[in-house]
Amino acid sequence: MDRTLRRTKEFIVEGLIFLSGITSILFVVLIFVFLLKEGLSLFKEYPAGQFLFGTGWYPISEPPRFGIVPLVCGSLIVTVGAIMIAVPVSVAAALYISELAPVKIKDFLKAGIEMLAAIPSVVLGFIGMVTLVPFVRSFFHIPTGLTALSGSIMLAFMAMPTIITIAEDAINAVPKPYKEGALALGATRWQMMYKIVLVAASPGIIAAIMLGIGRVIGETMAVMMITGNSAVIPHSFLQPVRTMTATIASEMGETVYGSEHYFALFALGIVLFIITFIINFIADLFLHRKKI
Amino acid sequence: MKKITTEDLNLYYGSFHALKGIGMAIEERRITAIIGPSGCGKSTLVRIFNRINDLIEEVRITGKVLIDGRNIYEPDYDLVSLRKSVGMVFQRPNPFPLSIYDNVAFGPRIHRMAGEGDLPGLVEESLKAVNLWGDLKDKLKRSALNIPLEQQQRLCIARLIAVRPDVLLMDEPCSALDPVATLKIEELMTELKKRYTIVIVTHNMQQAARISDETGFMLLGELIEFDRTEKIFTAPSDKRTEEYITGRYG
Ligand SMILES: Nc1ncnc2c1ncn2[C@@H]1O[C@H](COP(=O)(O)OP(=O)(O)OP(=O)(O)O)[C@@H](O)[C@H]1O
Ligand SMILES: [Mg+2]
Repeated sequence: MDRTLRRTKEFIVEGLIFLSGITSILFVVLIFVFLLKEGLSLFKEYPAGQFLFGTGWYPISEPPRFGIVPLVCGSLIVTVGAIMIAVPVSVAAALYISELAPVKIKDFLKAGIEMLAAIPSVVLGFIGMVTLVPFVRSFFHIPTGLTALSGSIMLAFMAMPTIITIAEDAINAVPKPYKEGALALGATRWQMMYKIVLVAASPGIIAAIMLGIGRVIGETMAVMMITGNSAVIPHSFLQPVRTMTATIASEMGETVYGSEHYFALFALGIVLFIITFIINFIADLFLHRKKI
Repeated sequence: MKKITTEDLNLYYGSFHALKGIGMAIEERRITAIIGPSGCGKSTLVRIFNRINDLIEEVRITGKVLIDGRNIYEPDYDLVSLRKSVGMVFQRPNPFPLSIYDNVAFGPRIHRMAGEGDLPGLVEESLKAVNLWGDLKDKLKRSALNIPLEQQQRLCIARLIAVRPDVLLMDEPCSALDPVATLKIEELMTELKKRYTIVIVTHNMQQAARISDETGFMLLGELIEFDRTEKIFTAPSDKRTEEYITGRYG
């Protein structure tokens, strides 16, 4: 009796665990199917070529135009800018934390980075709006501070915790004998870090950067608040831009369910999904390679 | 000629007294073996000679270590040139995760010893000195991590030779190798002693007996006896040395 009871209990627990595992996968599949179904509906009426390569996004003009090039470019320029800022700073920070910092400073920095990661993006966006945006405007003497550059700087802050944390893990995982070997050959600390540690940790650092890009490209709130939201193909960092995410977030509320515009936003969602998926996939490849 | 001399050398890890009043004189162009039971301070001692112990926090050292007559623990002693002239081979082969070529070229590059044009010659010469050139000359661009362990250890020695040191410190260089590879590395050492002063830490008493000219026996941080290898192994003057070499310690 006692035994059958235990068996049943085990059976139920196992079943529950299995169920929750399956549910999470099921949800992903359902979301993907829904996204595909809604998004692909656009192409019944609107040609895919004009969607992918069209240079104008005018969803409410007559006839509407759904060319995503300006939006993709917007996302791209903001992301590239953010990565250019975040990567050198993050890698230097990761090196400092894992190789140079005394224990106390190290703990302090790590706590600070965790806090940075915990700030909600709306709050960060808001802070950027009242501090960074006016600064960019007056610094460059331009009519508005709502620019790609402002977005890049803000997003760099958001990507940094991700990149620093993962890069630091990669650097910490560099075997001590490599470091000792370099120092024993008369390398300075700096030569050791830059010629051996960074090279040995490079797969992990690349993965960190890819995950940082994934984080940046999917970010919505902050970019919506400070990049100016203008769907034109940008020619410089000092212009307002609009990203894919900001477009979806700001326009979804105004569309009619089942309209062409509604489907176009879902199609844009598919494009975003594919880009993020590819980036995460590359990150995974590198993370995996590190273990071998 | 004495190459390395220590005078009343003490080392403390925090409050732990790990080396106690070591006084020894190491001959130039000889192989000097350091033997003794596990934990007696052999590694600690050889890690003094290139000051790689400095990396560990809370290490305190008193006494003198003279190399070519100069105390390497003098405040203004140039650490980079010390480590360039006193190379170290580690217990597990530790080639860098770079190509074979870049491993050997690492030292010359950081010390700016040769222009990129002269590097290939230097790499070849160093690999030849450890008898690796024939095996590896067609694989120079390959990763150094994918060659057999014995070759990796030779490569690590070649990497040192490329910066033209005087002294080679080897901390149990064969303990990760099989007996055949061990014999080959020993042969190499015998060849190398024509040009370099070699200090080798070993657990393997036959090895010490086979290759070394002089042997130091350590116990619990003290240098119990230091003499010609022959003498240590046939007629040790200290009872504890005798007990150790006849196998009565662990
Ligand atoms: N970083 C350190 N901090 C504190 N104590 C240490 C440190 N390194 C070594 N010791 C201690 O110093 C003593 C000597 O260590 P050492 O590694 O020199 O011994 P060894 O003779 O090389 O031993 P083995 O044959 O096992 O390699 C040991 O008791 C060890 O526990
Ligand atoms: Mg040891």
